[in-house]
Amino acid sequence: MSEASPAKAYALHLGVIALLFALSFVLPAYHHGLLARIMVLAVFAMGYNMLFGYVGLLSLGHAMFFSAGLYGAGLTVYHFGWSVPAAFAAGLACGALLALAIGLLALRTSGVAFMIVTMMFAQVFYLVILYFAAWTGGDQGLVVPQPARILVLGSASLDLTNPTVRYMSALALFSIVLLVTLAIVRSRYGRVLVAIRENEGRTKMLGYDTFSNKLAAVVVSGAICAASGAAYALLFGYVGSSFASVQYSILPLLWVLLGGIATTLGPLIGTLFMYYVVDVTSGYTSAYLLIVGIALILLVLFFPKGILGTIRQRWLGWLP
Amino acid sequence: MHFGPHLLLAALEGLVTSAVLALTALGLSLVFGVMRVVNVAHGEFFMLGAVLAWAISTAISDHPALGFLAALVLAPLIVGLIALVAERLVLRRLNYNPEATIVATIGMLYIIQQLALTFYGPEARPVEAPFSYRILLPWFGYSGYKLSIIAASAFLLIATWLVLTRTKIGLVMRATQYDRETAQAFGIPVERVYAGVFAFGAMLAAVAAVLIVPISQAHYLMGQDPLLLSFIVVIIGGLGSLRGTVVAAVLIGLSDGIISVFFSPTLAKIIATLLVAMVLVFRPQGLFGTSSR
Amino acid sequence: MMPLLTTKGLSRNFGGLRAVDGVDFALMPGEIRAVIGPNGAGKTTFVSLVSGRIQPSSGMIVFDGADITSLPAYARVRLGVAYTFQITSVFANLTAYDNVALPVQRTLTDGRSKGAVHAGVMAALERTGLADRAHMQAGHLSYGHQRLLEVAMGLALKPRLLILDEPTQGLADSEIDNFIGLVREIANSATVLLIEHNMPVVMQLADRITVFNAGRILAEGTPEQIRANAEVQDAYLGATHG
Repeated sequence: MSEASPAKAYALHLGVIALLFALSFVLPAYHHGLLARIMVLAVFAMGYNMLFGYVGLLSLGHAMFFSAGLYGAGLTVYHFGWSVPAAFAAGLACGALLALAIGLLALRTSGVAFMIVTMMFAQVFYLVILYFAAWTGGDQGLVVPQPARILVLGSASLDLTNPTVRYMSALALFSIVLLVTLAIVRSRYGRVLVAIRENEGRTKMLGYDTFSNKLAAVVVSGAICAASGAAYALLFGYVGSSFASVQYSILPLLWVLLGGIATTLGPLIGTLFMYYVVDVTSGYTSAYLLIVGIALILLVLFFPKGILGTIRQRWLGWLP
Repeated sequence: MHFGPHLLLAALEGLVTSAVLALTALGLSLVFGVMRVVNVAHGEFFMLGAVLAWAISTAISDHPALGFLAALVLAPLIVGLIALVAERLVLRRLNYNPEATIVATIGMLYIIQQLALTFYGPEARPVEAPFSYRILLPWFGYSGYKLSIIAASAFLLIATWLVLTRTKIGLVMRATQYDRETAQAFGIPVERVYAGVFAFGAMLAAVAAVLIVPISQAHYLMGQDPLLLSFIVVIIGGLGSLRGTVVAAVLIGLSDGIISVFFSPTLAKIIATLLVAMVLVFRPQGLFGTSSR
Repeated sequence: MMPLLTTKGLSRNFGGLRAVDGVDFALMPGEIRAVIGPNGAGKTTFVSLVSGRIQPSSGMIVFDGADITSLPAYARVRLGVAYTFQITSVFANLTAYDNVALPVQRTLTDGRSKGAVHAGVMAALERTGLADRAHMQAGHLSYGHQRLLEVAMGLALKPRLLILDEPTQGLADSEIDNFIGLVREIANSATVLLIEHNMPVVMQLADRITVFNAGRILAEGTPEQIRANAEVQDAYLGATHG
């Protein structure tokens, strides 16, 4: 958080982006597809980290923001035939507006009550999706047809179902969100968010309207998660209620805990690691939730700072 | 059937739900009240109770009543033991930090659920009721067993209430709930109280599950709804208040029974969850709790 | 001259206890005012009401001619009422620099340049003698330095009224001497309201002294008048010095 070493931090982040770009040309097809998915979900984790890591607000309902983006984009394409950019914008707007409404209500509480309230609002959102099954496809979900997933840019058109296009689109979204996150946490606003996390009462007595600052953080976090959801719908073509279930509120928490709370690259590392652990172990057991459960407990017990958090503490103090 | 008898049937069903819910929610409420731990795995202790009841009553299949009685005693004991181990290995090491324990109990939820799926399987299995006497009302017959659930639950609730208000154990628990540090300074073994409360809370959920399993079958995902409903009850009743918990359980059980007879269950859940979230936002001390200010 | 701060009939009940009971108080611009009184007299509750950390049960607070009774705490800080905590509450996990940058960046109206924040932070740290510790984590500073950091944060708010709640508590004698100099310097640009138990500090610093007892103002006057007041002797001075 200090004002030193900005060049190092930016160089590291650009290096990670360049590495992901290069990987596109060497990875075998299976891992290529998996990594595209991981990058999109890492955006979800980054949005979650914005609120959990930097403001210290532990939400158990972020699946609703992800699926607001997912359904906002998916349904406008599916039912109204909107273009890809318009659908993406619709998803983003749905997430941001929902986050604003939820933030106004849930931020009246704190601590454990905040966790339960966000979980309940997310449950309502999930049930609403099931209730309007005629529109949303209920628990079967909807498959967005391939012709609707072509991005027309002037005279050129990009087919988002093409693996390379999909990978590069995922990378583009990931890179933008990563750099935006980095800029936010290094900004004065980021410093205020950390201050709220450390001691909200004290921050108020420095003249900050902490409620408004937290509300803005909820909206930014919700919008990032919605961007991830919207991209998921458009790139992978599936919109389903399972993405709104409580499990998808827990997963970003797990990814962030694993990668490192309040680190900019932690969400990517956590998502990547968890995906490959599940991928490797699924050869031996179908009980993937068992691994999630054990990982959660081991992390809070022995490794509360996560992978990057520990590295930052031991060796690289300048990591953002 | 006319509207009146229909409503009576819905109310009876609602009371059975309330009876089971009150026990389950009381367990959650005690754990939160005394330990300040939100136990997200509470529903899984409920599920374990039901699954164990099936296993025990299948093993002792001489007579349904014998198997059921054995389950009623053994299943809660086993669940209590599991809870005790979990408390020892995880919650105590986290020093009961509220947020860390939520994450850890989410982990427990997944572990218990997956182990149940692995060893018990995805099927829903019935447990035979200990007796099958039907009470004949002028409009319909009603299961005597269901009425006995209400009686059993009432008995357990009163017993718990007596323990909490009239015995030294209750006093020690209330002292710990009121102020952990001071209680420790007065020589109360806080860690043992916590372990006991956590195990007892899990046992209440397990008893509730054993009682309900003859009418609703055992399934590895059956813990989800009781968890949500228990949260609702505990929040509306006021966190940590026994009387509020019982009143709210009856209220929720009855309205759940009645609403789901007349409306879509999904819509009923949406409305109930939304209302409860609003209670938590605007009246965090619960509808029946008194303001701490 | 118009008072900077006035309270009229200010009261606060906790349950049945009247912690602050109908206090009428006025503070002139540029003053150093000390508030003294035995423990539980309502001093901290009184300044908490002024700073907006707690809401009054009844009464009115006027700052610079405007009624601020119902303003939230952060808005009062923006008007120029700064409060430094009795129990040190710097951000222990942030560097001293970041601790001070928080108030500095908020008071900057030109706003955008990093240079301005940096200059403001270093100025406040230099005034309190912490400049060479700017990049230490606040939690790793000594207790005395944490208290100074607390004051630096208060200064960085550029307050018109600086409320110091027992600032010398836990400081060594040499640190107290420096501190007296610092408060005098602050008083050139701000009005100071000081809660203090250390009587020599009070007598050296205060222009006027207000004595609280049982939630009410028992006496008010210059240090000499207070020293000569028999009632105050009974209620307070006798108790600590006798």
